[in-house]
Amino acid sequence: MSKAKDTWTNQQVETIIGNLLRGGVILAAAVVFTGGVFYLFRYGPAYPDYRVFRGEPTDLRTVHGILADALSFHSRGLIQLGLLLLIATPVARVAFSIYAFLRQGDRTYVVVTLLVLTILLYSLLGGRL
Amino acid sequence: MDILVFTILIWLGSMVAGFLGSLTGLGGGVVIVPLLALVFGVDIRYAIGASLVSVIATSSGAAAAYVKEGFSNIRIGMFLEIATTLGALAGAFWAARLPTSTIAIIFGIILLYSAYLSGRQQRRRQEADRPDPLATRLKMDGSYPTPQGLEHYHVHSVPSGFGLMFLAGSISGLLGIGSGAVKVLAMDQMMRIPFKVSTTTSNFMIGVTAAASAGVYLNRGYIDPGLAMPVMLGVLIGSLLGTHELVIAKTHRLRIVFSAIILLLAIEMIYNGLTKRI
Repeated sequence: MSKAKDTWTNQQVETIIGNLLRGGVILAAAVVFTGGVFYLFRYGPAYPDYRVFRGEPTDLRTVHGILADALSFHSRGLIQLGLLLLIATPVARVAFSIYAFLRQGDRTYVVVTLLVLTILLYSLLGGRL
Repeated sequence: MDILVFTILIWLGSMVAGFLGSLTGLGGGVVIVPLLALVFGVDIRYAIGASLVSVIATSSGAAAAYVKEGFSNIRIGMFLEIATTLGALAGAFWAARLPTSTIAIIFGIILLYSAYLSGRQQRRRQEADRPDPLATRLKMDGSYPTPQGLEHYHVHSVPSGFGLMFLAGSISGLLGIGSGAVKVLAMDQMMRIPFKVSTTTSNFMIGVTAAASAGVYLNRGYIDPGLAMPVMLGVLIGSLLGTHELVIAKTHRLRIVFSAIILLLAIEMIYNGLTKRI
């Protein structure tokens, strides 16, 4: 560890953020791929039907439902969990930026970033539009 | 055509779209939606949901590579993300209320405009570069590496850039694309941020913007796992190949080919929208 009073330079913050994003994408892609293999074994011979929009069943629409589905190892739930991880990756980036701006003592940008995070969470957790 | 063949074809198509999208800087999303809607007969709402997810993957996947070069400006990006995420929510709001044929027509028009924007030559400006008080207060001014050492720059016209970013976010949320072309227009032309800084910061912002509307799309049941899986994996692989290729390949001819494809897709989207086939 370096000195106790150090603050992060912008370059350090950007490097951490870059790695965070890459890690999130790799993890998400791995989960989607695993789910995809199971999905093709299970549904491969069936016929696709995307001509008419019906919307996904409720368990594939909410964070809670997707988690429950993925834990019981449903292939579609597993893919959806990967997609959820992917959507969560930029959100995690924004959350981390709050911490980074705090460490840099930049209060203006702590507020700016909190605002962005609020908008993202509102959308992800099913806010009404 | 069973699901296995359908999935493989979509995966291959998405890979080509991601490859061309990252080579030309237009992003894979602009081709994915027309490809799914026109060629595979997928309802445009499912197509937009799948495309949006792939946009997040490309943006986040490329960010790690860009960050090392030290061009992107996190403060500019974060401040403008207030505008793009609010815009994304507005776009997602309208996506559920507009008829799909209208969305297809808007998509075609934006497609034409993005192709026009990216095909235009970059102009070099020679203006007095005085600091802007608001941009200074928001600590947006920065520097970036050039062969001659660090080059400093000032940021201008923050309010109008912010406004255009709201529009960029709305387009992204309504159509499921990254709308990088409009973001770069706002930063490069309006706020007079150096081109390299604009494009890399735009890439950073695309993921956050898309995540804001992806949450809404997920809750509405627009994101189908069986469809989004091959699209996301295909676009991701294709775009990563595209960024590597950029260094070696001569992109001029490819750009012309891609522009021609986009022109055709745009006309087809508008035609299908007008005749209410989408």
